[in-house]
Amino acid sequence: MEYKFSINNITYSFKDLKELLAKASPHRSGDVLAGLAAKDNKERVAAQYVLSEVPLKEFFENPIIPYAEDEVTRLIMDDHNTEAFYPISAFSVGEFRDWLLSYNATPEILKEIAPSLTPEMVAAVSKLMRNQDLIKVAQKCEVITKFRNTLGLKDRFSVRLQPNNPVDDPKAIAASTIDGLLYGCGDAVIGINPATDSPNAVSELLKLLDNFRQQYEIPTQTCILSHITTTMEIIEKAPVDLIFQSIGGTQKANESFGINLNILQEAYDAGLQLNRGDIGNNMMYFETGQGSELSANAHHGIDQQTCEVRCYAVARKYNPLLVNTVVGFIGPEYLYDGKQITRAALEDHFCGKIMGLPMGCDVCYTNHAEADQDDMDSLLTLLGVAGCNYIMGVPGADDVMLNYQSTSFHDAMYLRKVLNKKPAPEFEKWLLKMGIFDENGNRQNLPESHKLISNG
Amino acid sequence: MDKPEIYKNEIQKDPYTQLRELSKARIALGNTGGSQSIKDVLQFQLDHAKARDAIYTEFNIEKIKSDLSNFGLDIFKFKSKAKDREHYLKRPDLGKLLAESEFKNVSGFDIIFNIVDGLSPEATLQSAKIIEILLPKLKEKYSAAISIVENGRVAIGDEIAEKLNGKFTATFIGERPGLSSPKSLGIYTTYDPKSGTTDEKRNCISNIHSDGMSTAAAAELLEFLINESFAKKISGVSLKSDLKNHKIDNA
Repeated sequence: MEYKFSINNITYSFKDLKELLAKASPHRSGDVLAGLAAKDNKERVAAQYVLSEVPLKEFFENPIIPYAEDEVTRLIMDDHNTEAFYPISAFSVGEFRDWLLSYNATPEILKEIAPSLTPEMVAAVSKLMRNQDLIKVAQKCEVITKFRNTLGLKDRFSVRLQPNNPVDDPKAIAASTIDGLLYGCGDAVIGINPATDSPNAVSELLKLLDNFRQQYEIPTQTCILSHITTTMEIIEKAPVDLIFQSIGGTQKANESFGINLNILQEAYDAGLQLNRGDIGNNMMYFETGQGSELSANAHHGIDQQTCEVRCYAVARKYNPLLVNTVVGFIGPEYLYDGKQITRAALEDHFCGKIMGLPMGCDVCYTNHAEADQDDMDSLLTLLGVAGCNYIMGVPGADDVMLNYQSTSFHDAMYLRKVLNKKPAPEFEKWLLKMGIFDENGNRQNLPESHKLISNG
Repeated sequence: MDKPEIYKNEIQKDPYTQLRELSKARIALGNTGGSQSIKDVLQFQLDHAKARDAIYTEFNIEKIKSDLSNFGLDIFKFKSKAKDREHYLKRPDLGKLLAESEFKNVSGFDIIFNIVDGLSPEATLQSAKIIEILLPKLKEKYSAAISIVENGRVAIGDEIAEKLNGKFTATFIGERPGLSSPKSLGIYTTYDPKSGTTDEKRNCISNIHSDGMSTAAAAELLEFLINESFAKKISGVSLKSDLKNHKIDNA
């Protein structure tokens, strides 16, 4: 089927949904690099006009990667909840956007339709939404997950403590961990990107964090972000709380990550058996980011944002505790500047949330991107307003292992202060008990004799 | 008269600054109302400014040429298809392709040292030192030439090797600047380089800068890689398993 729209006697035509989605995407360098972006602004708006009239059903009936070719497509089709989809099945993409913004689309209703939304429908509607629309609708979605604490509550805001070290030095990791905890970070998870992805090295780090958690009775979970196959190798011997994996939105992209849906399913089943959560059993942790499919040459001619949303269908299958988009890590050839990074982060957060995922965001940039701390401050604030579940907490925003800039412990303090958000309730209680925060979330004066300091 | 208490500007110090000795991370910074003090904000801004400027610093080809002129090797100049820095950042694919050049079917060399600006042009000024240490040890065994490449990525070395008939490339390239290492050099080696060679066929020596690996250590590793590659006629992942006492990352 061909899609057409005319502006001033010039007819713009789009040969299929894939092209329509790509051309309707707000401008970003990665789509230009892939040769998929609209030629000019008028063509982009023409595509958006056409897209606004496409029935939601059409995305389900015309998969953008054939069913036979791609297991992510099969997952999307096979798991589609037609019953929940029925009430919105008559909407066009534009009507769906208008309805999402209406008073009728309450948090309860959005929760009900979440399992029926396919990535392509969600990507499509996000392309028609301005930043304020993405924020407003995401804010209505409350996605709560539990392991040892409760994440995602409306008036709460959590932080993954990220104490990375270039050589996995246990003392340096402990130092960053103590610092982060003393700034109220670590309720989402204490999670390390290991320098060495070997079973032994990962086991040692897991023991280090688990001992630490138990010693101070911290109501949180720990994770070493190793490859899922490494985690599976040691899952019986080492204290594995969460199972981590980076995922892609196509079968080929996942193959380039060395995974497939079977591996994820096996890991999920094994994780459930461990039963280490005190109050819940959400124990998968996924990372995503626009551009990874193109970077792996596995995008099938699909724009990078639509590919990204397909990751969320993969994540949704395994009831994760945490999902975050690592938005500015990939570099300027995919997201060139602060504007593109901001837009992508708000899209990812909205798309994940409306599909029922506990979205966090690594608000970040590299030194070759056209971005700086002001851009990160703005994005952090927007995501806070949008109800983002968590961000990263990196000492001084400078990750000395991955060599990029993320958000700092101080950034988390800022956000909680200006939006009056608290850490996860169980973790907040611990911070009070340890004399780290007071009831207002203000940092207490810590004595040198403080347990976390003197034992450290 | 003493100022009232509320006008006192006291940064809340973290009583664990000794932890800073354990890590290069920015820990125990203290805070004012939960925010960073101006001292730490400016330190970060300065580090970021250095890293940003490193990318846009001019690639001083004349300086590099004059540093290398003592070695008596042929020097060739190339440009990639990326027109300028912005184009280079947005189109990594073009940074891997050569713009038109006058050199074709040159007689051939064992080793081609490619000096490529990459993301930190100034970092490449370290190249001459490494080549200086290395050359006396290689001269007997191998013929060599030098190419200087503007707006290039690692893979552009493959096409250059085809043009100059090179058996092996050592590509010296400015690495992505980090906050603590704005002028870091990387060296990628490839045996039998051809257009379309993929990264698992390369070995890499990274983090060469004043606080990282020294030029002397890099020269030693590079000599080892060259000799190993010529002896086994390979480079990359399959070579790595043999590198017992040498810490070398894969490209």
